[in-house]
Amino acid sequence: MPQFRIPGPLRRLSDGQMTVTVEATDLGSAIDALEQRYPGFKDRLLDQQGELRQFVNVYLNDEDVRLGAGLAAKVSEKDEISIVPAVAGGEPAN
Amino acid sequence: MAKLLGLRCRECGAEYELQATHVCEMCFGPLDVVYDQAALRKVVSRQRIEQGPASMWRYRDLLPVEDDTPVVTLGEGFTPLVKADRLGAELGLRNLYLKNDSMNPTNSFKDRVVSVAISWARAHGFETIACASTGNLANAVAAYSARAGLECFVFIPVDLEPAKVVSISVFDPNVVAVRGNYDEVNRLCSQLLESTPWAFCNINIRPFYAEGSKTLTFETIEQLGWKLPDEIIIPIASGCQFVRHRQAIRELIDYGLVRDDRVPALTGAQALGCAPVYNAFKSDTPERVLPVKPNTIARSIAIGNPSDGIYVNRIALETGGVVEAVTEDEIVAAMRLLARTEGIFTETAGGVTIGVLAKLARAGRWKGDEVVVAYVTGHGLKTADVLASVDGHARRVEIEPTLKSFREKVNI
Ligand SMILES: Cc1ncc(COP(=O)(O)O)c(C=O)c1O
Ligand SMILES: [Zn+2]
Repeated sequence: MPQFRIPGPLRRLSDGQMTVTVEATDLGSAIDALEQRYPGFKDRLLDQQGELRQFVNVYLNDEDVRLGAGLAAKVSEKDEISIVPAVAGGEPAN
Repeated sequence: MAKLLGLRCRECGAEYELQATHVCEMCFGPLDVVYDQAALRKVVSRQRIEQGPASMWRYRDLLPVEDDTPVVTLGEGFTPLVKADRLGAELGLRNLYLKNDSMNPTNSFKDRVVSVAISWARAHGFETIACASTGNLANAVAAYSARAGLECFVFIPVDLEPAKVVSISVFDPNVVAVRGNYDEVNRLCSQLLESTPWAFCNINIRPFYAEGSKTLTFETIEQLGWKLPDEIIIPIASGCQFVRHRQAIRELIDYGLVRDDRVPALTGAQALGCAPVYNAFKSDTPERVLPVKPNTIARSIAIGNPSDGIYVNRIALETGGVVEAVTEDEIVAAMRLLARTEGIFTETAGGVTIGVLAKLARAGRWKGDEVVVAYVTGHGLKTADVLASVDGHARRVEIEPTLKSFREKVNI
């Protein structure tokens, strides 16, 4: 079953678990399954249009999913899905 | 005076204590350093700055180190701002200026951000400094770690330009050459953060690091006689420095250091071979920056997934700037043009900046009297391998060591 790697800032949602295994066939349904198990994830990962948030990078076996099929990417048995916060410098909103 | 108040999320406003962290736990938004502006307003003045050292540390009040923090410095910043009359004449610009940041201690603008980052890290007890780099950052991190006597780990793509590898390795850091491109190096380092007690300059201590970029703009405007230019051309990799340049202008206005309050147009430069920000700028959705796989000689700025891309486009649009991109041939042509007209040898990233400047000028963007500044951020020796061998140079002849041979071969 595919496995999520949860970054530090989101481990509060996963009861401190670094990895969470889910049953799913594509990335979108994997995120749904993660949400089922630990509510709150979906909101952190997806925006209102249901797309990956700007500041969230998701890697499927170390490949940036945005370079491939995005949320439609197929996931299977041994796949690892890493959630990694993007690194932005930003600017104050003053 | 304790001028640093904490960190604040750019997106949702959540506040955090000053610490080595770069993302908001609530929304993953980026964190920024918050200063006590009221206190700073009382002390900051042109005179106080002008009496400071001839380095970027003359702007210490506006940087995230407290007054009693010893800084790690090699004399970075306060690089020359030169009026470029000969290049300007070729491009129809009568008030063109170049900020030559290749004159920094390790020959790129990264010395500014690293000097701040390592000063902060050392003062907060870090013993190891690290970074994910396209070359210039690793060069600066290795040099400043050596200067500070701190342990150093730099992560670079395995196929970096040979000159960069040499100028990193001489400082004897731990070099981790990753079989992948910069974006993969960066992803790996972001994952490593959790299992190392290290200060990654451009990741967990990024809020402090980013602040150092402001000094490039502070100095430029001081060197223009405390006047704001009409437009600034800035190369974009992650977009980090671009964003800080607008912040720098806001601070100059806020603290009354300039009288004018018209923010200059901020224009971004990318290589077409790695142009995720430019692609989005040209599209209907400039705030949706989609990653690309880089393929360009402008390796220093080859970031396919630029974290600050959306802010770059927002700021370019708000200030009346644009984001433009140039081909590989235009990059090399611009490196040669700058060298031939102004005597400045810049690397490929500088070729991108000057290439975009030339492209926009030739397309008629300016009337001719505007004050335009281009940031030349790295030295040509870093990427000397991209220039064709000297044998390809049209004005070269080879002669015998005789007067006869000279007269035969050279027209004077
Ligand atoms: C020479 C040079 N110019 C410009 C940049 C762009 O920096 P930023 O990531 O802040 O956009 C870099 C970044 O590595 C660089 O090395
Ligand atoms: Zn936030």
